[in-house]
Amino acid sequence: MHTAFRRLAHAMQKRNRILMKGFKPSAPFLLLLPAFIVLAAVVVVPLLLSLYSSFTPFRLTKPETFFVFVGFRNYLSILANTDFWWAFGRTVLLLTIALNLEMLLGLGLAMLVEKATRGQRILRTLMMFPMMFSPILVGFQFKFMFNDNIGLVNNALQSLGITQDAIPWLIEGHLAFIAISIAEIWSSTAIFAILILTGLLAMPKEPIEAARVDGCTPWQTFRYVTWPFVMPFAYIAMTIRSLDVARAYDIVKIMTDGGPAGRTELLWTLVARTAYSDGRMGMANAMAYFSILLSIAFTVYFFNKLAAARTQIGAEW
Amino acid sequence: MDENSSARLKRRLLGVVHRIGLFLAMLTICLPGLWIVLSSLRPTVEIMAKPPVWIPQEISFDAYIAMFSGIGKGGIPVIEYFRNSLIISVTSTIIAVAIGMAGGYAFARYRFRGKSSVFLGLMLTRTVPGIALSLPLFFLYVRLGIIDTHFGLILAYVALNVPFTIWLIDGFFRQVPKDLAEAAQIDGCTRWQAFWQVEFPLAGPGIASAAIFAFLTCWNEFALASQLTRSVSAKTLPVGLLDYTAEFTIDWRGMCALAVVMIIPALTLTYIVQKHLVGGLTSGAVKG
Repeated sequence: MHTAFRRLAHAMQKRNRILMKGFKPSAPFLLLLPAFIVLAAVVVVPLLLSLYSSFTPFRLTKPETFFVFVGFRNYLSILANTDFWWAFGRTVLLLTIALNLEMLLGLGLAMLVEKATRGQRILRTLMMFPMMFSPILVGFQFKFMFNDNIGLVNNALQSLGITQDAIPWLIEGHLAFIAISIAEIWSSTAIFAILILTGLLAMPKEPIEAARVDGCTPWQTFRYVTWPFVMPFAYIAMTIRSLDVARAYDIVKIMTDGGPAGRTELLWTLVARTAYSDGRMGMANAMAYFSILLSIAFTVYFFNKLAAARTQIGAEW
Repeated sequence: MDENSSARLKRRLLGVVHRIGLFLAMLTICLPGLWIVLSSLRPTVEIMAKPPVWIPQEISFDAYIAMFSGIGKGGIPVIEYFRNSLIISVTSTIIAVAIGMAGGYAFARYRFRGKSSVFLGLMLTRTVPGIALSLPLFFLYVRLGIIDTHFGLILAYVALNVPFTIWLIDGFFRQVPKDLAEAAQIDGCTRWQAFWQVEFPLAGPGIASAAIFAFLTCWNEFALASQLTRSVSAKTLPVGLLDYTAEFTIDWRGMCALAVVMIIPALTLTYIVQKHLVGGLTSGAVKG
């Protein structure tokens, strides 16, 4: 009797220990918990809410519509909406042009600065200059410079005698798109330049010399020696950039606000207009999901590229 | 001899081309900013002049004086906006860095299952465009009654900054050799003590730059702030800048002055962190 009781107590103790151990959360989990909580509260839960409301005809002015379920009606009407597809296409076009040019210009700038023999520190600081500008400031500054009447660009063109007309930079659709792309590229080339420059400076000099001795042309040296080494750095820059692609919203908002007549409307400005000007929250949320998926696609793509580039040259690190 | 001199000529020519290229690139980078600074110091008549006046005839700080002398004269309450920006940015930065330090330490020092997918997941929360996130937040904040408050914006900015702060701080902790903390623990420190007395001071400059980066993100953010704030009591500077464009006649000089006020803190802070920032980004991400 006594022994049976002791055995039972022992078994329970053991079970408790196992249970306790099973419940004891690991250190990294505890450390990451605050981050999870905040992100869940501010990002994940609201996004689930917006996912739900994208299936309702929710309008800000009519709160009761929040509980009406309409299935995929919002999504279907978006898919049939040409304005939306124009905005979507324009967004992808802007991102493609901007990211590619930023990469190229950043590479060029980094190589120019790397070759400089004197004042490299100052050059590097100057190079970071656009990074400090908030997108809203970038937008404002280019709105000012591209102003058809008093802008620096038109004034310069007229003073140099290139043209007599006031070029309607922000008033004509195509020109406005170009102006926005320029603003976007100006503001984000820095991050590519800086990271690629870091790569160039970290690169050992022997492989380049070896390539030269072996008779490579400068282009070949660049293509097969320098570029593979610098590539991961470029992908880091791409990844960072892709985390924040939507900041073009700020630039467009202040430069043209989607105008003229919706010619520079991007996905994000369209979402904002549908939600806050028209008050059609349900529809806007459905559109927002397209923009979220676009951002996620960009980020995942570059993260994978980054991982691949990392393993490719893993040995050298 | 002839070959020598032609090679020398070619080299010198390349040097000149390089210098011109560098000059043009730097000009493109700096000119817009300089133009803004210059315009903020010129009288409006000169900005509007046709044909343009290239060489400023008179320089004055009138725009700045007008801006800081409060509402009136078409001015906007810059002091209030500045204060809001400062309160919101500083508070959310402190919280984000505290959370980011814990998270970054976990990524740098522990192995756990699904580490890279957790990391990617964290980053993905950052990719959600501000304007897309603002829709449900707007709705929720109205319901909770924290729309147009400092608290609401601080909360949003903490979440905005946590993923990237974790990325950066992870990188900085990786640069601190593991052995140091282990040695401290052998010498009788607890892990907690080892962290604060060994690893934290060593990663300190890096953490400071992560903090500054977070601060700048808040300081510059527009998409969320423009929807989650409504009045003078919570509007931040970037939203305030839009006040100027909302009017029919744009006060270019006033806007330029406000732009300069916005950029100066950012400029100073970025200058301080530039070295560490790049280090944190590359070491965290490349060295796996």
